[in-house]
Amino acid sequence: MATLILRRTCLTLLAVSAAASPALAEDTIKVGALLAVTGPAAFLGSPEVKTLQMLVEEANARGGLGGKKVQLVVKDTGGSPEKAISFARQLIEEEKVFAIIGPSTSGETMAVKNLAEEGKTILLSCAAAEVIVNPVAKHVFNTPQKDRYAVVKIFQHMKKLGVTRIGLLSSNTGFGKAGKEQVERLAPEYGVQIAVNDVYDKAATDLTAEVTKLKAANVQALVNWSIEPAQAIVIKNARQLGLAIPIFQSHGFGNIQYVKAAGAAAEGVIFPAGRLLVAGGLSDQNPQKAVLLAYKKAYEARYGEEVSTFGGHAYDAFHILVKAVEQAGLDREKARAAIENMKGFVGTAGVFNLSPADHNGLDLGAFELLTVKDRRFVVLDR
Amino acid sequence: MFAELFFQYLVAGLTYGAIYAIVAIGFNIIYNTTGIINFAQGEFVMLGGMTAVTLHERLRLPLPAAIAGAVLVTIGVGALIEVTFIRWLEKPSVLRMIVITIGVSILVREAALLLWGQDVRTLPYFTGDEVSSLSLLGARISPQVLWTLGTCAVAVAFLSAFFKFTMLGREMRACASNRDAAALCGLPTRNLVTLSFVLSAGIGALAGCVVCPITYTQYNVGTGLAIKGFTVAILGGLGDSVASIAAGLILGVVESFSVWVLPTAYKDAISISILLAILFLRPSGLFGAKGSR
Amino acid sequence: MKSGSARYLQVSVFAAATVAVQLTAQVSGKAYFLTQLTMTAYATLVVVGLSLLMGYAGQISLGHAGFFALGGYTAAALTTWDLGPRRGQAIVAALARLHVLVLRPDPYGADVLTVHPWAAFACAVALTAAVAFVIGIPVLKLTGHYLAMATLGIGTILYSVALGTPSLGAADGISGVPPFQLVPGLQIGGSPSIRVQNYYLAWALVALSMLLLLNLIHSRVGRALRAIHAAEDAASAMGIDTARFKLRTFVLSAVLAAVAGVFSTHFNGGIGPSEASIMKSVKYLAIVAVGGMGSLWGSLTASAVLNFLSLRGYFGSFDDAVFGGILILVMLFSPDGILELDLRAALRSLLRKPRPTGES
Repeated sequence: MATLILRRTCLTLLAVSAAASPALAEDTIKVGALLAVTGPAAFLGSPEVKTLQMLVEEANARGGLGGKKVQLVVKDTGGSPEKAISFARQLIEEEKVFAIIGPSTSGETMAVKNLAEEGKTILLSCAAAEVIVNPVAKHVFNTPQKDRYAVVKIFQHMKKLGVTRIGLLSSNTGFGKAGKEQVERLAPEYGVQIAVNDVYDKAATDLTAEVTKLKAANVQALVNWSIEPAQAIVIKNARQLGLAIPIFQSHGFGNIQYVKAAGAAAEGVIFPAGRLLVAGGLSDQNPQKAVLLAYKKAYEARYGEEVSTFGGHAYDAFHILVKAVEQAGLDREKARAAIENMKGFVGTAGVFNLSPADHNGLDLGAFELLTVKDRRFVVLDR
Repeated sequence: MFAELFFQYLVAGLTYGAIYAIVAIGFNIIYNTTGIINFAQGEFVMLGGMTAVTLHERLRLPLPAAIAGAVLVTIGVGALIEVTFIRWLEKPSVLRMIVITIGVSILVREAALLLWGQDVRTLPYFTGDEVSSLSLLGARISPQVLWTLGTCAVAVAFLSAFFKFTMLGREMRACASNRDAAALCGLPTRNLVTLSFVLSAGIGALAGCVVCPITYTQYNVGTGLAIKGFTVAILGGLGDSVASIAAGLILGVVESFSVWVLPTAYKDAISISILLAILFLRPSGLFGAKGSR
Repeated sequence: MKSGSARYLQVSVFAAATVAVQLTAQVSGKAYFLTQLTMTAYATLVVVGLSLLMGYAGQISLGHAGFFALGGYTAAALTTWDLGPRRGQAIVAALARLHVLVLRPDPYGADVLTVHPWAAFACAVALTAAVAFVIGIPVLKLTGHYLAMATLGIGTILYSVALGTPSLGAADGISGVPPFQLVPGLQIGGSPSIRVQNYYLAWALVALSMLLLLNLIHSRVGRALRAIHAAEDAASAMGIDTARFKLRTFVLSAVLAAVAGVFSTHFNGGIGPSEASIMKSVKYLAIVAVGGMGSLWGSLTASAVLNFLSLRGYFGSFDDAVFGGILILVMLFSPDGILELDLRAALRSLLRKPRPTGES
């Protein structure tokens, strides 16, 4: 029997290795897309991969990158750090990609951060957590706005409203955790007391008990930090309990499907977000307007679904890479240095000014406070 | 204030419990006929919700028609699954059935992803809207929770009557307690098993529709709901739908009150620990007869 | 019954296969396959342990990923917890003097004082054994679906502790776990330069475990286990202490999972809560079923092939769908495991129409 196993294993391996020999052409440049296209984080990875496929096609139609055709190597991690590690190694060691765009979540990014650093491969993460770029790893960057600034935006507005006592809810994901930590860190600076600080399951189906806890603590505002459908459930439950306090959400709320899901309860929710969601309403002087409208139009025409800020992070990552290659050519180290010193790049998330000490490059101005009015996102009037 | 809070947590617990209970009922129907647990039960719930949303939003069917349509479609899928994967097996072992139904649940979920994508969907509230609530002893409760509890009650009443008083129901029970003997008595055991899948798919789809406004639906909600439903079905004592509802409400209330006094991060760990302790003391479920396992 | 020499022959053939695979990979220029093959080995270690538990002690477990994570998290937490700031404390100083603590540079250049991987390994194994022992006593009194529920519950608890505890990294898990220097010259770690030795270390661990398990199966203990599986009451009447044997098997298989967890964490440089999830446990269980319960070689083969293909990403976004499809096909046509597949019989039964009523 054991011989049989041996034979089968060998045959399988041979068949597999034969099937997998990549057609390596000299005139292509490979870019890895290490994204959670399916699985629990698919709402991030799906628009990200669609964006990249669209951009790569456009780039190749224009003659490629540095004179070479771009080949996008998509690896679907399904949101699993273990697969992210395996696939990052494949992309770095085997495919020898020029750069990797992704992963979609911060947990996966932290799992592959050292791999990219050791493999000297540019990694442009689409996840926001501060730990990705702090401490700085030479080859690791991220394109979403920093959680810290989202929190600052919220606290600034609270100060205006005179809110000093809040309830904080967050989901047990990397996104929720990163936001929770920033709220806890910055609250004293703004004289805000966190009276309730609870973490709920990302697959939560109802949050009435958690909201009851807030009601009992007499908080003046609710801050919820999550990226799952639970963020629409929590505002519904709060309104059902008659909680009339202001509700603040994170930039994870920037997807119109959550507004549709929460219906009447979504009205008046305040959250910080990039300007992609309100691109049409921006003044013509805004430097981002042209970029945002171009991306929105192209994406929505091609895929027939509304653009989300998450796809925008992949958009920014790809364009930062393109710009770096235009400046420094196809030398990986030079391109890395070009990214690190890139100034004034206008992306969907904001205007990027990177530096060796700041591998994100976005500042407080990248965020705008939005609210929901008549089931649509609008800029909050102040 | 204390009493008001107490009732509010209780109501929150009932909300959780109603969701768990209505999912758990479906597990019992198939168990009652075949003695197996169908791990794809959660997918019936998902399919019900997703189909109803599609019928309501795309085909503009009124809500009751959309729900009826969703139940029918899911029944069709349930029958198809039984006929394709289960009907022709001869004396499958429990483990074999567990693995096959896990496989089926994965396939259904992936098919739903291809068909509907990963977006979150929802049905409108049956009465009122997202922010309306009724006042009950100082606590507030969404009318949809009452709809869910009501559906649970009607479903259980229907099933109890069906299994107790109709010939078909009795035949299905005979099939569960001894399939060989049932076959020897000339009962069409294979058809009875198909019927049990049809019934549980229908109940699952109905559950999916009625909880959809509360929980939303998405291609992957089935697994989480199935784990909770399975937990509740076991706790009540397998096969007993009334006990399932009681166990579901108990689990929901335990979870809700654990939120009151403890950090919610460990909500699942706490409720499961308590329930495990109960299981160790009463190995055949909260309401099961001793020794019937 | 197989004789002792047959077992050694099997393991030798397996060892030869391991070498052959490595050489094939090297010659065909696919040396990097060894990375995924190494990760596969650690998953396989969990699977063979679970196969013993399910096939020989007749116990289902829907919580084995929890034990893998318990081992992995213990190792990860202890080897990344910087005790440098506490150097002044007597206990820390004493441990440092005993070389239980080591000073090492972290990836950003600073020096950190952490627990030696061997000490962390010992803690991980001891902790897992203790946990499995304590919960095994009540859990193993249950049977059938109730046992499945209890193990699912244990898995859920371990998962939510990993996911809910900030000092374990909560949702992000623990990263930056250092390589594990087994002896000078041999290191568990992910660097490409030590890829070959890691491949051999991982599969040698699997081979050793197989030898241990095969010897166990064919010893007095194994006969007792089989008797329990066949007819627990009869075995009990024959004077076999069924509870004790089941408990020992449970602890052994949990410890194997923990060992896999520790080594794989050092190899990957980290661990996350998804390693403890119920879906992961279900996957282990399903692979055992595909390989055939109680067929250790079958489980090993199923695990090696399925995990490798999945980790290579051959199925892309259809990874889960393919896995589900394989589960169903194997369970429908070859319920005793993929190695027992009788193609002709399967085809015959497929073509034969089901009789309208009743069954054999």
